[in-house]
Amino acid sequence: MSTNIDGRGLACPGPVIAIKKALEGISSGIVTILLDNKIAKENVVKFATTHGCGVSITEQEGDFLLTVCKGGAQPEQTMRADNAVAGDTVYVFTQDTLGQGNRELGAILIKGFLYTLLETTPKPKTLLFMNAGVLLTVEGSPVTDHLSKLAEGGVEILSCGTCLDYFAVKDKLAIGVITNMYTIVETMTTATKVITL
Amino acid sequence: MLGQLKKTQDPCLLVGIDTADDAGVYKINETTALIQTLDFFTPIVDDPYLFGQIAAANSLSDVYAMGGKPLTVMNIVAFPMNCLPPEVLRDILMGGQDKVIEAGAVIVGGHSIDDPEPKYGLSVTGIVHPNKILTNAGARLGDILIITKAIGTGVLATAARAEMFPDGVLASIESMATLNRRAAEVAIQYEIHSCTDITGFGLLGHAYEMASGSGVAMKIKAGDMPLLPDAAEAAAMGLVPAGAYTNREYLTTVSIDPSVPVHLQDLCFDPQTSGGLLLSVAPESAQSLLRELQQSGIKQARIIGEVISGERGEIYVY
Repeated sequence: MSTNIDGRGLACPGPVIAIKKALEGISSGIVTILLDNKIAKENVVKFATTHGCGVSITEQEGDFLLTVCKGGAQPEQTMRADNAVAGDTVYVFTQDTLGQGNRELGAILIKGFLYTLLETTPKPKTLLFMNAGVLLTVEGSPVTDHLSKLAEGGVEILSCGTCLDYFAVKDKLAIGVITNMYTIVETMTTATKVITL
Repeated sequence: MLGQLKKTQDPCLLVGIDTADDAGVYKINETTALIQTLDFFTPIVDDPYLFGQIAAANSLSDVYAMGGKPLTVMNIVAFPMNCLPPEVLRDILMGGQDKVIEAGAVIVGGHSIDDPEPKYGLSVTGIVHPNKILTNAGARLGDILIITKAIGTGVLATAARAEMFPDGVLASIESMATLNRRAAEVAIQYEIHSCTDITGFGLLGHAYEMASGSGVAMKIKAGDMPLLPDAAEAAAMGLVPAGAYTNREYLTTVSIDPSVPVHLQDLCFDPQTSGGLLLSVAPESAQSLLRELQQSGIKQARIIGEVISGERGEIYVY
């Protein structure tokens, strides 16, 4: 079980009282609280820390989302169980290699990156492929194995339709689904964290 | 902001607005100077009588911080006449009056307005010998710093709103309602170089004003700071008022050793209501002053640091 609190607009010590009440109601589990200022964030972190809870923070458009774990609960487990959007990360791949510089090195790095992503928890919510990035999700890509395993693990794989058209590989899509700019924007906007590669 | 106003050129004005001191001082003749100050604020406790006491103790404190004796006071009242029963206002005024009587001063009048949010405080006039004014700009190298009340009223006011730490909250109310009269009376028997009272800018904010005004630096041992009961625990669990964060952000000349626990750091910045005096005293007098303060019932008095050489206004907390 996880409890989600919208603590925006609460004056001090409102956020601390809210997190206190939520944590008192459970012996273990996750409480997320969304806060709109640094002071509230600092104070809730202090409360969580002095009460033996783990806390992770993601910043989104000036607000702070705090995930407070009581009694050894792990945020990723609860997120999976609840399908919670909270704490979800979106990776955006804008090319078929990793980083600028040497293409050959970039090709090695992207394989290494996706392999590592596969071995790491928590998993991202979505991998978004745009521009030459779509060449990674089509037949003949060196990372189809890694991507299929990620997809099996529940990671959403989205490829930009316009980009697949441009490279004339729309009929060769191997993993995930085709998406449009509306969904891309929405996915990036609602993500707690967007990492662009 | 006050720096944008015209400087007053009157030679009788001994302490004006340019040194961020607790009160203004104006020389009447060779033996008497007038101390004038006013302060008022919104209720910080639910009980109107206690609020009156605290607001009055807070206003009177500025006269004590200048080394003076309060003579006359005027009530400043804002009150929602049609929303709250008149007994509430009566109780606020009674609380204030009792503190004024305790201070040996008299109420000579006042002014009230209708206002949705209650506010109360005093305008206080006191006297001091022109040669015995305690400013916040006289601290000297080697001086010892003593404070006379425990820290934590801001944190415990936050705890009160959270309905937590009732014992600490009670102790805090008692501390806020305590006059600085006795502390000042004891202190002026000693070689005090500088004095101020600790209020909204917190211990470090007022230490900074004193250090800056005196052209010296200070070091303060956070662990020696007297704390109100429950204050450390309340601060550690995040009952830290916004003012403490604002003070920390504003005070750029303060450096804190990383070994100082975060809750103690927060308390160093905690805004105080009706806080104690911060005294900068000649080192040879420090121990006997401390002893006499404690023997006079000011049990929370502690040595917390010293005046050192360094950049003007620099405060090192360790």
